[in-house]
Amino acid sequence: MYNFNYHRAGSLAEAESALAAAEDGALMAGGQTLLPTLKQRLASPSDVIDIGAIPELANIESAGGAVTVGAGTRHADVAGSAAVASAIPALAALAELIGDPQVRNMGTIGGSIANADPAADYPAAIVGLGATVNTNRRAIAGDDFFQGLFETALDEGEIITSMAFPVPEAAGYAKFPQPASRFAMVGVMVSRGAGGVRVAVTGAGPSVFRVGDMEAALAGNFSAGALDGISVSADGLNADIHGSAEYRAHLVGVMAKRAVQAAGG
Amino acid sequence: MTAETGIGAAVKRKEDGRFLTGRGRYTDDINQPGQVHAFFLRSPHAHATINSIDVNAAKSAAGVRAVYTGTDVTAEDVGTLICGWNVVGKNGEGHLAPPHPVIASGKARYVGDPVAVVVADTLAQAKDAAELIDVDYGVLPASADLATTLDAGAAQIHDEVPGNMSYDWDLGDKAAVDAAFAGAAHVTKLEIVNNRLAPNAIEPRAAVGAHDPGTDQHTLYLASQNPHVTRLVLSAFHGLAPEHKLRVVAPDVGGGFGSKIFIYNEDVFLTWASAKVGRPIKWTAERSESFMTDAHGRDHVTTAELALDGDGNFLAMRVDTIANMGAYLSTFSTAVPTYLYGTLLAGQYKTPVIHVNVRAAFTNTVPVDAYRGAGRPEATFVVERLVEQAARETGVDPAELRRRNFIQPDEFPYQTPVALQYDSGNYEATMDKALGLADYAGFAARKAEAAGRGKRRGIGFSNYIEACGLAPSQVVGSLGAGVGQWESAQVRFNPTGNVLVFTGSHSHGQGHETTFAQIVSDKLGIPLENVEVVHGDTASVPFGMGTYGSRSLAVGGSAIVKACDKIVEKGRKIAAHIMEASVEDIEYDGGTFAVAGTDKSITTAEIAFAAYVPHNYPLDELEPGLDENAFYDPANFTYPAGCQICEVEIDPDTGVVEIAKFTAVDDFGNVVNPMIVEGQVHGGITQGIGQALHEGVVYDGSGQLITGSFMDYQMPRAGDLPSYDVDTTVTPCPHNPLGVKGCGEAGAIAAPAAVMNAVTDALGIDNMQMPATAEKVWRAANAG
Amino acid sequence: MASVSLTVNGEAVSAEVEDRTLLVQLLRDHLRLTGTHVGCDTSQCGACVVHMDGRSVKSCTVLAAQASGADVTTIEGIADGDTLHPMQQAFMDNHGLQCGFCTPGMVMSAIDLLKRHPGADEATIRRELEGNLCRCTGYHNIVKAIRQVATAG
Repeated sequence: MYNFNYHRAGSLAEAESALAAAEDGALMAGGQTLLPTLKQRLASPSDVIDIGAIPELANIESAGGAVTVGAGTRHADVAGSAAVASAIPALAALAELIGDPQVRNMGTIGGSIANADPAADYPAAIVGLGATVNTNRRAIAGDDFFQGLFETALDEGEIITSMAFPVPEAAGYAKFPQPASRFAMVGVMVSRGAGGVRVAVTGAGPSVFRVGDMEAALAGNFSAGALDGISVSADGLNADIHGSAEYRAHLVGVMAKRAVQAAGG
Repeated sequence: MTAETGIGAAVKRKEDGRFLTGRGRYTDDINQPGQVHAFFLRSPHAHATINSIDVNAAKSAAGVRAVYTGTDVTAEDVGTLICGWNVVGKNGEGHLAPPHPVIASGKARYVGDPVAVVVADTLAQAKDAAELIDVDYGVLPASADLATTLDAGAAQIHDEVPGNMSYDWDLGDKAAVDAAFAGAAHVTKLEIVNNRLAPNAIEPRAAVGAHDPGTDQHTLYLASQNPHVTRLVLSAFHGLAPEHKLRVVAPDVGGGFGSKIFIYNEDVFLTWASAKVGRPIKWTAERSESFMTDAHGRDHVTTAELALDGDGNFLAMRVDTIANMGAYLSTFSTAVPTYLYGTLLAGQYKTPVIHVNVRAAFTNTVPVDAYRGAGRPEATFVVERLVEQAARETGVDPAELRRRNFIQPDEFPYQTPVALQYDSGNYEATMDKALGLADYAGFAARKAEAAGRGKRRGIGFSNYIEACGLAPSQVVGSLGAGVGQWESAQVRFNPTGNVLVFTGSHSHGQGHETTFAQIVSDKLGIPLENVEVVHGDTASVPFGMGTYGSRSLAVGGSAIVKACDKIVEKGRKIAAHIMEASVEDIEYDGGTFAVAGTDKSITTAEIAFAAYVPHNYPLDELEPGLDENAFYDPANFTYPAGCQICEVEIDPDTGVVEIAKFTAVDDFGNVVNPMIVEGQVHGGITQGIGQALHEGVVYDGSGQLITGSFMDYQMPRAGDLPSYDVDTTVTPCPHNPLGVKGCGEAGAIAAPAAVMNAVTDALGIDNMQMPATAEKVWRAANAG
Repeated sequence: MASVSLTVNGEAVSAEVEDRTLLVQLLRDHLRLTGTHVGCDTSQCGACVVHMDGRSVKSCTVLAAQASGADVTTIEGIADGDTLHPMQQAFMDNHGLQCGFCTPGMVMSAIDLLKRHPGADEATIRRELEGNLCRCTGYHNIVKAIRQVATAG
């Protein structure tokens, strides 16, 4: 790790000013992605601003047909939240599948989506549940948030504050973990709600994506059988020693069905 | 006492208290006054000339004490790393062993080859400074693929080794084998890749070198399985210090699995540089460094054939293997695919003639050497995959085909056609017990039930044998070994009756502090808590060969028994004197010396006191004191064998393989501590399952290491595995005093074939190369 | 430099460390609590697991400064004098350790696991050990040890 200046922000305002003052500042919430990156000397921020202990960022509210999760909420707290479990059990189930118990005890939802790792689980929830990402400046539709490999719609100095998930009528998540890292090789979130049916895939491509054919089929018949015969093209999907693009494309179909089944369809 | 803590008792381990409370003392826990840190700058290229290295900026960086390049180190005459086993090839000449520099100079030959070292006050400073070193590399084409490295046109790795081949070796009667094949009713043939593995002891390699200029004493704390061998090599081959001025200490060691046998670049460098810099120097590998620099295991490409007659009797076996050596010959690398592999190809069977040819090849990858089982897992995999496939092709039940060809209990000692003479065993009894435990008879019903759930279930056997308890010194010497393979022991009574046991073996998880204490407690009638086992420090224990090849109990334990026997022998004489009887009338049993036919007796503790306070003592005949040394050189290898049965269930939608059931019945001869033996079996099985389903080192065509961390190299986790059903049978080893055979490698040897036989059975296919990843299995499940 | 103050095994400690110092480095190098180990550099092996404010975390992936103000418990802090913690005792009873290197992290994870899943069955235990690697035991006896504590109530 290169050296840096550590700041612990007590409030969002403190975080904003520390970030503005830094020559090349990096925000850290749980640190479960940033610290391994720094340990490998793959990044060299001048300042690390710890927003993991800001009280206003770590709360979960369920009201008005939506569950709002603070950006600093740890995966374990999403997984264990009674409010999440009763409103969107698929979101709690997804959080329970991230990393391992120790990573879930530190890592945060805001940190995960800000990093936009193509194999992270949460992007599937943001897009698959049609969430809105709230920042210190604006609200960003989940569909517009992820813009590519490790790229998001966030501007310089913009800090995620919360995610608002509309409560679906039904939702399910199924994950095929990359066997070594246990990140998602393919993770599929399926939901049916006021905004229609959503099928969002993480892990398989450079960024989370929706599968229109599956959404259309499920809109007419929300059952695993409705997905029979629908395949996803392997073009542009990720390939590595753990799975070819063709295999990942196949797994999208299998996991989508399992997600529908998990959603009760 | 004997029943609860002696030989055969499942005694809880003496060493556990410190490990469970955070008081273990591993190498990285050791800090010396004034200690500084080393960071090794390593080649990012698999094959490159080192045109120049500019270290000036690094030398003047904060905290830096010294920077060394290969040129600097070579100029100091520290020698080159050795290979300690000379394999003589078919041409009658020894293997080709090109120089293996401590720090690469001129050329780097694998990703991770050290090219410079920074010594600085803190590790962070050393790393910061290393970034200032400017190396001008001339990148060369690499030869990283074992299957093609011997081909004409492959990149040439060493000027001294044309064609990248270290040796071309064979064993067995080729003409007889060819003739048998010509007349065979059936021939089974398989192409087999034995996948390359990273050892991954959870404690990374680590070392602290120190030098006391007052006494000129060098000390190397090292995560090592055999500190004396390290000392011998550093002294005799690197000339760093005479043996009496060099102390190597292997304290608590966090797992070895072979990888901590060898003498590595860092060991030599730290011993040398700590004197040069005048400060103790510490180095601890990061896991990414472990992947790049720990000697890997396995890595064979093989064509194997089995000939059978019309009744399913094995007639002959023919095996042709290319074995990967990596970029240089590691310490014992050459012996692994030859004397620890070719000699095991008879398995448990009466195959009358066998021929094996092995070509050892260099590649631009990290050196390959012994990893848990070392050669024997590769041999077992060849034999047991062939036998299983032959059973399928001939329509014979796989258990029945094995039964038909087993060496029978009344045929021992049994001379195989590949040099070894098996001493004992009862393979059929072992298999029958395993078949019962695994409920082989109920498999068809389980398979049908699984099919009803859309799953494919398969079963596979592996009837392995190993030659361990390494080894008769004159035998291995005649085969090219550079060392003897006896073991030493010293049993020292203190005047108050408690005992120190010094062993040349080394425990890095095996529980010697308990098992060896059980032996001494049993033999000398001393309470277990009064026996302390000391190992790992060349300054306190007699010269020993260390721990590898399941040798500690069979060889090291036998040395302890010999030392105990000497104690008893001397005790008889002391007892006879004290009790005024003749030595012939002294009867010894469980710590008590009695005069036959009387009620007079005396304990070993009383004998010890008398020996150290020799007021009533036969000083004219006997020296005072009670402290005996023994060295034990085994008469033969030991031959543990067993039957392991794996049952898998495959999800054809994803290709995920679940181990539904795993049964192991092993014949380890007599067992000293069944709890520890079972633990060894569990661990070995897991490494075997890992090889079959999860693990595999991958280099790309340019020699870049793709599996460079736990993010890409899949280690078996708890959730990937079931609990195992483990049991034993016993045919005692006839040639060592404990009747023991060794248990450390069994699972790693047997399990890969059992798993792959089960996977291919479930899929109804002939062959699949390890690891059976989900994608491979999915493709096979959905082919055609 | 960062000034960190925290409670470790019930004792208040403070230190001046580089901002980049990890919690595990603070424990091992500054406080000489060497029972917490480092076995990888990608937050996977779990040899470094400690409890921070009552939760298990990987101390190789937490900054010392991040832990300032926290209540940290390490393997050295769970026994009651000479009486082993029930989880330590269960590991000893069931031969749940061999080389001992992964053991401190394994024990700390196991304690946290049963706190969250009292009475956990074998499948839950195996799933919850996702973040801890052992190369010696094949996990068989580790699982057995944790089950012993789980079923003891």
